[in-house]
Amino acid sequence: MGKVRTAHLDNGLKVLIKELHTSPLVSVWCWYRVGSGDELPGQTGVSHWVEHMNFKGTVNIPRDEMKGIVEKFGGTWNGYTWIDQTTYLETAGKDALDTLLFIEAERMTNGLYEPAECESERTVIISELHGSENDPDQLLDTEVTASAFRAHPYRHPTIGWIDDLRSMTRDDLYGYYRRHYVPSNATLVVVGDVDADDVLRGAGKHFGSMAAGAPSARARAAEPRQVGERRVTIEREGTTAYLKFAWHAPSATDPDFFPMLVLDAGLTGAKGLNIWSSFRGALPQRRARLYDALVERGLASAVAGSLVPTKEPFLYSVSLTAMDGVSLSALEEAADAEIARVRTGGLTDVEVARAKRQLRARLVFENDSVTNVAHQIGYFETIAGPDYLDAVADRVRDVTAAQVADVAARRLTSETRTVGRFQPAGRRA
Amino acid sequence: MTSSVAGGLSPVRQVLSNGAVVVAQETAFSPALTISLAFRAGSLYEPADREGLAWFLGRVIDRGTATRSADAIADGLDDRGVALKVSTNRHLMTLSCTCLSEDFADVLDVLGDVVRAAAFPPSEIEKRRVELISVIRQDEDNPGIRAALALQTLLYGDAHPYGRPAKGRVETVERFTREDLLAHHAGRFAPSTLTAIVVGGVPAGEAAARVQAAFEGWRASPPGERDVPPVPRAAGTRITIDMPDKPQSDIAYGFTSIGRMDPAYYAHWMMNTILGQFGLGGRLAENIRERQGMAYYVYSAFDPSVGPGPLVVRAGVDPGNVERALAAIDAEVAALGRDGATVREFDETRQYLIGSIPRMLETNAGIAAFLQTAEFFGLGLDYDRRLAGLLRAVTLEDVNAAAASVLDPARACAAVAGPASLRGDA
Repeated sequence: MGKVRTAHLDNGLKVLIKELHTSPLVSVWCWYRVGSGDELPGQTGVSHWVEHMNFKGTVNIPRDEMKGIVEKFGGTWNGYTWIDQTTYLETAGKDALDTLLFIEAERMTNGLYEPAECESERTVIISELHGSENDPDQLLDTEVTASAFRAHPYRHPTIGWIDDLRSMTRDDLYGYYRRHYVPSNATLVVVGDVDADDVLRGAGKHFGSMAAGAPSARARAAEPRQVGERRVTIEREGTTAYLKFAWHAPSATDPDFFPMLVLDAGLTGAKGLNIWSSFRGALPQRRARLYDALVERGLASAVAGSLVPTKEPFLYSVSLTAMDGVSLSALEEAADAEIARVRTGGLTDVEVARAKRQLRARLVFENDSVTNVAHQIGYFETIAGPDYLDAVADRVRDVTAAQVADVAARRLTSETRTVGRFQPAGRRA
Repeated sequence: MTSSVAGGLSPVRQVLSNGAVVVAQETAFSPALTISLAFRAGSLYEPADREGLAWFLGRVIDRGTATRSADAIADGLDDRGVALKVSTNRHLMTLSCTCLSEDFADVLDVLGDVVRAAAFPPSEIEKRRVELISVIRQDEDNPGIRAALALQTLLYGDAHPYGRPAKGRVETVERFTREDLLAHHAGRFAPSTLTAIVVGGVPAGEAAARVQAAFEGWRASPPGERDVPPVPRAAGTRITIDMPDKPQSDIAYGFTSIGRMDPAYYAHWMMNTILGQFGLGGRLAENIRERQGMAYYVYSAFDPSVGPGPLVVRAGVDPGNVERALAAIDAEVAALGRDGATVREFDETRQYLIGSIPRMLETNAGIAAFLQTAEFFGLGLDYDRRLAGLLRAVTLEDVNAAAASVLDPARACAAVAGPASLRGDA
């Protein structure tokens, strides 16, 4: 396993390369430092819609040929948008390298944004929004997030509010694209069975002649300190009750982040730090504090914690699914008691040691493929800057039980939390 | 370098004296490995009046053995960051997990005990029963799951093991006894039904030897096999499940198709890729998502098994667009069934599937799943190297014959879950 090689083109494009010769594959990711946290009122969802448009044809790759160009190399492609970042990826046979760099260069500068395609994608995205609202837990998550923030743009969902999706125009999309999709606002990551010198030559060939553009200036409003508990209740048809707690979380670079990560692992089981892969599937949580108190005692059928590394302070949330026949009030009372217990007493030394061992293992598991390695390199470069990823394992190792107790006491307070309840209509609260 | 899979897999395979099959493949991806223990103990083997028993057993099997409490098992796994996943399909129940290479021996020791000596403590049965009932209730509020389950029943009928809900129903789960679990475990968990696969950062010979040591002393009578009953020809029924509060309707539309060992399998695989997989989702996505902007997701999935598996089209659309979407699906199905694929589609699809073989083997878990499939269907240790040739041997005529044999809208079944009153006209 080689180290990451870092280079900058003259126009500011950062290129990160890691040679991994374990499979005959290459994974190319192009990251932009723009996400829904950069959106203004009235244009919520524009980052994500722009991402969709960037699969709809470029000057040199007509839309009909977008489909098939990666597949010729047996490849897969995708993209995602979240609060701090937008990214595009392809993983394919190693011979695809030059084609994949060409695709990403086209995407950065030559998007077509045909008006008819923009209109067609509007309804696709509204369908995506409605599909997520079919899930009560997702609906509750959106409402809790919106309630937890007063000023910071992390408050709106990445997919956008429905009225903005109905009113935005092609010019809104294209203007946003032109502003943010420039080399100085991007990082190109290449991992796989490649020669780093070849990658650098290819990056120069495809991206080198682009104008630098201006890096995105972030002017995000600061979130005022929350001074009282907020509550949101949704009551509609359903079969299952859901409960969610959200507290303001430390950013990835805040000294509280790693103690908080260990705290979450102790409460709900360690996820790791790869939002592309680790947050799917089963977790090691049977010895976790909240699993033991709520699932094992028959109050909840599922418990999940979420602490994601972000550029600015986002949320730490605990999501609970009520066991059939258990009222939300009973579940909240029991969960509240456990959270109070950890707030006043922290985790035991045994729990902290277990959480750290879990995280150590998960950090290995989540780097098991060229695609995942490339994701982690690009993600942390984009939200936290260089050198962060290399230090993650040591920073987990160095967390102490006292630090965990301290963040629990300061951060899991009632007055700084938002509580969300989804109550199936007709069932007793 | 033996640990690189760049040139293809080179697994070690052993059959133990008790009939258990062990397969090991070393990789150099990371200092971790995936363990996959698959038993021929899936829902096919449940008694007819015990729908969901195999699934339920999968939720209780790791909650206590003759010598380990549920907490001791949790300690053995959780402390090492290991989450045991138990997946139950029609034929197999698979226990799998990923662990650090340094923890291999300890984790294998726990798993070996779990599968051989599960005790099913009564208190754990009751906890997991309420949990499963909660999950079934949750599914009842999910239009995607409701539509999929309804289609499964339309295609195979209530009585066929492929038509029954894998998780069972609330009324069947309420009736399960500890004796039911013990009987299914004793009847199906035996060395002769086990394929144990280890893939990752341990030399293959060493991994195989450790698995052999864990299982070679296990003696149990080989259980009998059970045939898959014949599949009735579906009658083209279409139904609606009313879920008035949901913002989006989910469509499940499909056919019964062929079994995995049918010689036409590779032609059907290519046909399905053209219909609903290639790019964003084949012809279906080109029409329904790209041209009409009706759906965020639309695709088809082909799931052949021992018996004829389903070919299913899935889409999520605005309730007012359900009829339009069904008409578009009918049109694409009819066109591919009637006119076949183009030469370009055929060439691109074949190139794509051949080229994607290394991606199937990108992770330890991916290789373990690939080897489990190869072992279950007897495809051979060199299947990853032969697969490209099998795909190259398929002709455009083969693909068109596969399409003609399945894709007829008149015999498609469909289930739509969502607000019935909002369904628009085509």
